[in-house]
Amino acid sequence: MARMTMIEAIRDAMDVMMARDERVVVFGEDVGYFGGVFRCTAGLQQKYGKTRCFDAPISESGIVGTAIGMASYGLLPCIEIQFADYMYPAYDQIVSEAARLRYRSNGEFTCPMVIRMPTGGGIFGGQTHSQSPEALFTHVSGLKTVVPSNPRDAKGLLIAAIEDPDPVIFLEPKRLYNGPFDGHHDRPVTPWSKHDLSEVPTGHFNLPLGKASILREGAALTVLAYGTMVYVAQAAVEETGIDAEIIDLRTLIPLDLETIAASVRKTGRCVVVHEATLTSGFGAELAALVQENCFFHLEAPVARVTGWDTPYPHAQEWDYFPGSARVGRALVETMEA
Amino acid sequence: MKDYGPLTLHVPEPAVRPGGTPDFSNVKIPKAGAVPRPDVDVEPETIRDLAFSIIRVLNRAGEAVGPWAGLLSDEELIEGMRNMMTLRTFDARMLIAQRQGKTSFYMQHLGEEAISCAFRKALAPGDMNFPTYRQAGLLIAGGYSMVDMMCQVYSNSRDPLKGRQLPVMYSSKEHGFFTISGNLATQYVQAVGWAMASAIRNDTKIAAAWIGDGSTAESDFHAALVFASTYKAPVILNIVNNQWAISTFQGIARGGAGTFAARGLGFGIPSLRVDGNDYLAVYAVAKWAAERARRNLGPTLVEYVTYRVGAHSTSDDPSAYRPKTESDAWPLGDPIMRLKSHLILRGAWSEERHKQAEAEILDTVIAAQKEAESYGTLHAGAKPSAREIFDGVYAEMPPHLRRQRQQAGV
Repeated sequence: MARMTMIEAIRDAMDVMMARDERVVVFGEDVGYFGGVFRCTAGLQQKYGKTRCFDAPISESGIVGTAIGMASYGLLPCIEIQFADYMYPAYDQIVSEAARLRYRSNGEFTCPMVIRMPTGGGIFGGQTHSQSPEALFTHVSGLKTVVPSNPRDAKGLLIAAIEDPDPVIFLEPKRLYNGPFDGHHDRPVTPWSKHDLSEVPTGHFNLPLGKASILREGAALTVLAYGTMVYVAQAAVEETGIDAEIIDLRTLIPLDLETIAASVRKTGRCVVVHEATLTSGFGAELAALVQENCFFHLEAPVARVTGWDTPYPHAQEWDYFPGSARVGRALVETMEA
Repeated sequence: MKDYGPLTLHVPEPAVRPGGTPDFSNVKIPKAGAVPRPDVDVEPETIRDLAFSIIRVLNRAGEAVGPWAGLLSDEELIEGMRNMMTLRTFDARMLIAQRQGKTSFYMQHLGEEAISCAFRKALAPGDMNFPTYRQAGLLIAGGYSMVDMMCQVYSNSRDPLKGRQLPVMYSSKEHGFFTISGNLATQYVQAVGWAMASAIRNDTKIAAAWIGDGSTAESDFHAALVFASTYKAPVILNIVNNQWAISTFQGIARGGAGTFAARGLGFGIPSLRVDGNDYLAVYAVAKWAAERARRNLGPTLVEYVTYRVGAHSTSDDPSAYRPKTESDAWPLGDPIMRLKSHLILRGAWSEERHKQAEAEILDTVIAAQKEAESYGTLHAGAKPSAREIFDGVYAEMPPHLRRQRQQAGV
């Protein structure tokens, strides 16, 4: 075990996999010599050489497109898009190509790759450094979508993603890179070193994709969250005193429906929380699944607390970000419904 | 403000529309043999003029002339001839099959047979093509089963792609033919990545990227060029300029502003232009570019100048946007006729042998078609299982797909 921040855990996952498997290559904008704008790849080029970890031209479509070619050759590219907000130029390659190579070639060509992207808000990132585009990936057949919320999961899930034979979108909540964040921007941030989940196994260790984790057990209500919002939900639960069960989904596709359904059948109530905009967000899928699978156990409508249906603003960061006060209100209303 | 008149938008138009007289006087055709053949390790900046000329081997008389000639034996040329004839016959039969309702869709290669057939012969086993939907000659010349191709076109019970793909979107890893996508230009940059991978692994294999004139306007074309150039990837970047992108003449992709080959120059990529209807020239240029890639000298861009004689697809009627006789006026002629006269001149072929080959090839293609149809056609006979809808989306079927397959009852 070693104490790590989320950045260190992500870097360690790549380090472990690069040492273990020569087919793993890491590249993206500023990823090589400089070690990444968030330091996630620092030292990897020095350690593994320029042909294993390198800088790419500023072309998201080029980065993803070449990585698809490499994956079809037999490499295991683990590439970086600097911000999830900038994945759109690569969307055609992700949706039309990476996601479909296996299907359309009947397994002749496959795409074992990971696309890492810093995601989420709460950092005064404004419109193009704050987005949470996970629903644009979960809607695409053939992709897996992962969102870790702590250093231990980040390492275990990233190693699992690199080892996975299918393309994985790995969304890293950048607000969580250096420490957990519960939405209370007025308080000092605690570093990961003060948190249990920064105890990360050293060496090779993976966590299964498609398995949620129960962050807090409870009997009154189920909160479905992922990424930064699991800490916001935790704060809301503490502030309202409601005995909620908080589920950190960790993987959106494949989704751990069993854990979700078992929890809601137990509690009879469900609140879905995400930073992304409401309409057609992943929360809609979760609410529909809960309704289909737990209808006769539900004692209140499924509530959703999300970002507003607007572009992510700058000055109004904390009116936009779904903080613990908004989540708490939804918990109370769902209990009273 | 009186110094300035109102601004106007320029929208290019082809020289001639339906009802007009075809005119290719703007296409400058250099004499066969006129373009020099540089060493493969040439400095790219010293051969910039090759991007503006056309490398040609066969002259009007059917003789092979100049520095790019002399690479192929009689046997190899006869094989090339038969491959082109097979592709043309295959196309004709599949076109009829589509008209008969045996499949939904087909795309011919009429007039472009030399490019994919000759190019395939310049590659080595293990090399990988990233083709568009109009390079099936790579499969024919590579010895892929015509029955399997037809089964794919028919989406029948023996379709190697299990009915999941539109007709002509073939895939064969074994034959160095990357899975075709409907999304244009995406494979161009993937080819560069595949070539980079080969270099990363210190392999000896090279990749070939394919794109049409129209699709060079896609952003992935530009991404491919910058990545290929930056990392000196062992890739041949092929542009098939057949003058037309469905109804859109090549000027809308801004052909005519220099050449498509010249676009490589800004990236420092050696760029050649070649007569796409000249089997010998295509082979010679492909061989040169492959040699450069294999010697780790980096990418080469090649523009094949040709003409799309057929309709864009079975869903297209070219008489709505270009003169019906335009292909007859095309100054580079027909690839099969040109190789035929060359072979006859060499004494390796004759009118009788040509007729005989035509008959043999037709028999072979019809036999393959009969066999393919015994496994079903799109609307009749055996078809792929509905279970195939759900298989292969992921390596392992996730729970939500398992539930959906159960719902579908398959």
